Amino acid sequence: MIRLSEGMPEHSLKLDKKSILYVENLKTWFPVRRSIIDVVRRKPRLYIRAVDGVSFDIKEGEVFALAGESGCGKTTTGKAILRLVELTDGKVIYRPSKHLFEELTSTNPSIPVVDKYMGIEISRVPAKNFKPLRTEMQIIFQDPYGSLNPRLTIYEVLEEPLVIHEIGSTKDERAELVSRALEMVKLTPPEEFLYRYPHMISGGQRQRVVIARALMLRPRFIVADEPVSMLDVSIRAEILSLMMDLKKQLGLTYLFITHDLALARYIADRLAVMYLGKIVELGDTMRVIENPLHPYTKALISAIPEPDPRNRLKIRDVPIKGEVPSALMIPPGCRFHTRCVALERSPELMELCTKKEPPLIEVEPGHYVACWLYCKK
Amino acid sequence: MSENLLEVRDIKTFFYTAKGIVRAVDGVSISIGKGETLGIAGESGCGKSTLAYSIIRLVPPPGKIVGGEAFFTGRDVLKLSEEEFRREVRWKGISMIFQGAMNALNPVYKVGDQIAEPLVLHKGLSKAEAYKRTYELLQMVGIDPRRAYNYPHELSGGMKQRVMIAMALSLSPSLVIADEPTTALDVVIQAQIMNLLKNLKKELGISIILITHDLALIAEISDRVAIMYAGKIVEHGLSEQIYYNPLHPYTRGLVLSVPKLRGELRELAWIPGAPPDLRQPPPGCRFHPRCNVMMPSCAKEEPPLIEVEPGHYVACWLYSSGSR
Repeated sequence: MIRLSEGMPEHSLKLDKKSILYVENLKTWFPVRRSIIDVVRRKPRLYIRAVDGVSFDIKEGEVFALAGESGCGKTTTGKAILRLVELTDGKVIYRPSKHLFEELTSTNPSIPVVDKYMGIEISRVPAKNFKPLRTEMQIIFQDPYGSLNPRLTIYEVLEEPLVIHEIGSTKDERAELVSRALEMVKLTPPEEFLYRYPHMISGGQRQRVVIARALMLRPRFIVADEPVSMLDVSIRAEILSLMMDLKKQLGLTYLFITHDLALARYIADRLAVMYLGKIVELGDTMRVIENPLHPYTKALISAIPEPDPRNRLKIRDVPIKGEVPSALMIPPGCRFHTRCVALERSPELMELCTKKEPPLIEVEPGHYVACWLYCKK
Repeated sequence: MSENLLEVRDIKTFFYTAKGIVRAVDGVSISIGKGETLGIAGESGCGKSTLAYSIIRLVPPPGKIVGGEAFFTGRDVLKLSEEEFRREVRWKGISMIFQGAMNALNPVYKVGDQIAEPLVLHKGLSKAEAYKRTYELLQMVGIDPRRAYNYPHELSGGMKQRVMIAMALSLSPSLVIADEPTTALDVVIQAQIMNLLKNLKKELGISIILITHDLALIAEISDRVAIMYAGKIVEHGLSEQIYYNPLHPYTRGLVLSVPKLRGELRELAWIPGAPPDLRQPPPGCRFHPRCNVMMPSCAKEEPPLIEVEPGHYVACWLYSSGSR
């Protein structure tokens, strides 16, 4: 573990009354297979540190965006929260609705409860007891072409969660729920879609089905993993506005995973930027985009193209060097130091940046950054 | 007219499938001057990639170029035999950066061999000479020449894309078609690739046709923009005209649907519905079923592409009713 120098305020993200989800030092490492020779030679096992100590909290009713380039661990973070991949270390606390909390604690007295705010430490709930939590925690996948079973009709796709969770005792009741869900995502009239197969509808319609499926169990918290990145630009806003309407109507909270900062600006209340498995900056979306502090966020923002033809006359200045290192060999110290341009300008930090990992500290209210540039005093 | 490097007139490329004729490119005319960059934008399935493949005559079967002319440096290259086109035009005159650099390189050959191949085949260079030129090309696209001895899997995505660009430049063509050159790359690498293309454009004076669905990316480099919808060009003009004064309802929808990182936060627009089936395009204006300012006449007759201000063309009855 890296020790903080004294007097340094460690980030003060806390589980409070408004949080629906709290994540602390979440890690997901994937072991790399060793060859027989490596085993004989007793080479240590290597790990891909996809998520390497991530902490944040999400307030109820909020849209929290997790952004970063491909391979930064944003999707793995989302999946680890829902336990779709196992977490290596860390804590995830979810605050369920009152009735689910009561149901969970009465049927399973050993469930790890974090007393104060009726939170449940879901990272310690064994997989076999996780099922009731899934009614409240759902996911919208990125690829509407790959995440719908081509052999099931839309009706079968949407009925499946009801059957699994034993909601709706009769077929008619379930059919009614399915129709209502289709209306909710504006696939109307529902009868026209119920018995179609995924290949018979357009990409945008498919993504609506994926959203409807996530809504079948009346969730409160949804991980939306790049829900529009596979769709044409002209229909993205339509799906996003549907998602925002549903959020208002149903009181949802989104963890919105995206690589597109410009898009995050339109929908997210708060934004966290990840680099190589860690959050480097976190704050109100507008603050982070208008006043980025971490050198990586600065580079990312300067690289984003704008629909402005004046740009063709200038070369874009992207203050970053080199390429993303492998998640197998994360650089020591600040993991960004190998690419950091700010470090070149402040050589006095060299010692610190290459040896010690910077903590995520609050530099202005609600704006956190993990960079030694902002730690000195 | 004569100063145009490439002038395509009324080109038609259809796919003859078992389920009917897909009219992927249905009467498109574009021109591009020397040193100019033309951006072609549109949704997936609008025929923009097919248009690119038609220009370089690589339309995969069951696709066929069924009509039109394409004058490149003054002669109609669609009339050349396949062999003449391959020997004289493809790669030497017009080359292409293919979509998906990850998969366009052959995994079992060293990248140097792949760049050198057209030099040996087209220019008759010896392997040593070809490799010398390969080093220059790699340097030009910002890659350490020693990388020539690497296999594609040893390079990152951005480097592979640079290799693709080096390959496209190997025979010093005057026109390069870049088909979604940065899709699947991260923004930082995308910005670096766009910077590279801008520099090459300036240094080598090449003309570029950039094909992408991303209007923000097109603005990065294009002097002129053409917007395609359902196999036809619905609007084209100077970049400023398209971005600051879009006229066609489709272009307007597209421009307003692009999220911006700066400036005021206005609600994003979208275009309802989905693009039509190109086997049976709707009658009249192909956009009318999705259009928010549709008039009864739109479903009857197809609007011609007319010039509404110098250099700015649009195919929409909103602008041509008066002039008829």
